[in-house]
Amino acid sequence: MIWIVSLLVFIMLASALAVLLLPNMLAAVVASSVVSMALALLFAVLKAPDVAMTEAAIGAGLSSLLLALALKRLGLWKLDN
Amino acid sequence: MRNVSGLLFSGGLAFLLLVMVAQLPFGQPLMLVGQQILQVSPNEVGTANVVAAVLLAYRGIDTLGELAILFTAASGVGLILGHLYSANSGSNKKVDKSGFITLKGTELMVPLLLVVGFYIIFYGHVTPGGGFQGGVILAIAFFLPTLVRSDAHLDHQLINVIEGLAGAVFILIGLWAMLYHHAFLQPFFNSVFVKGHLGDLFSAGTLPLLYLALGLKVGAELAGLLSMIADFPELTGEQNK
Repeated sequence: MIWIVSLLVFIMLASALAVLLLPNMLAAVVASSVVSMALALLFAVLKAPDVAMTEAAIGAGLSSLLLALALKRLGLWKLDN
Repeated sequence: MRNVSGLLFSGGLAFLLLVMVAQLPFGQPLMLVGQQILQVSPNEVGTANVVAAVLLAYRGIDTLGELAILFTAASGVGLILGHLYSANSGSNKKVDKSGFITLKGTELMVPLLLVVGFYIIFYGHVTPGGGFQGGVILAIAFFLPTLVRSDAHLDHQLINVIEGLAGAVFILIGLWAMLYHHAFLQPFFNSVFVKGHLGDLFSAGTLPLLYLALGLKVGAELAGLLSMIADFPELTGEQNK
C-alpha cells in the first residue's frame, strides 16, 4: 500500500516539475493533466470513489481541455516557450 | 528577486499547513457528526450512497451554493467572451481539418459518453458518482462534435433554456418540500416518490430528481462555457493595434 502511494506521489511531483521545465506549451498542459490523473488514482487508492471520479472528470478532462483551448486561441499552439 | 519572494511565501504556507497537520491525531476521524450520520442515514434518507445523502439531504444548502458558484463563473465567462453569434457564423469558418479517425471516433464516442453520463447521474444515489461527475461527462458529450466537425454548432439558446430550467427545478423541488412541512431541500417521500429498498433505482424519494436537475444544469453550463471559449476568434498580432 505504501509503495503504491509513494509511486503515485512521485509521479505527481515529477509531472509537476515537467510542467515547469518542458519547452513546448502543449506538452506542459498534458503534464498538468497527468498530475490530475495521478491524484485521482491516489484518491481511489485511499477509498474515496466520489472524489476520485470528480477529480478525474474535472482535473484530467475539463481543466486540460480548457487550457489547451486557451492556448489555441492565443496562437501559442506550436510555440516553444 | 521575485523568485525569492515567491519561494519564501510558498515555504511559509507549507510551514503553516504542516503545523496544522501536526496537531491532528493520526488515523482518527475528526468530525463527530460523521459517525452519527453513518448510523442514521440508511433509515432516514434511504440512499445506499451516504455521500449523496450528505450532499443533498443533510447539506443541501451547500450544494445550492455550489450551483450558484458555477452559475456565476459561467456568467462571467459569458460576459467577457460572449459575442453576437449571428455575426460570427460566416467569417471564422473552420475548415474541416479533422482526419478520418477523429471524425469516426467522435461518432462512436458521443453515444457512449451520453449513456455513461446519464447512468452516473441516475444511479448517483446508489453507486459513487452523482450530479457533478455525470454533468461534466454530459458537457464533454455535448461539446465534442462542435470541436471536431466544422458544421456542428452548439445551440446556445437551447443550452441556456436547459440550464435555467434545471436550476429552477432544483429550487422548486426544494420549495415543494416546504409544502409538506419539511425543511427547505429536504428529500421527502409521497406515493409517487417512494422510499423503496436500499440500493434500488427508485429509492430515497425526491433525491434522484435533485441529482438529475443538478447534472443537467452542470452539463449545459460547462458545454456552453467550453463552446464560447472554442468559438472565440483566434487572437493574432494585428488585433492588438
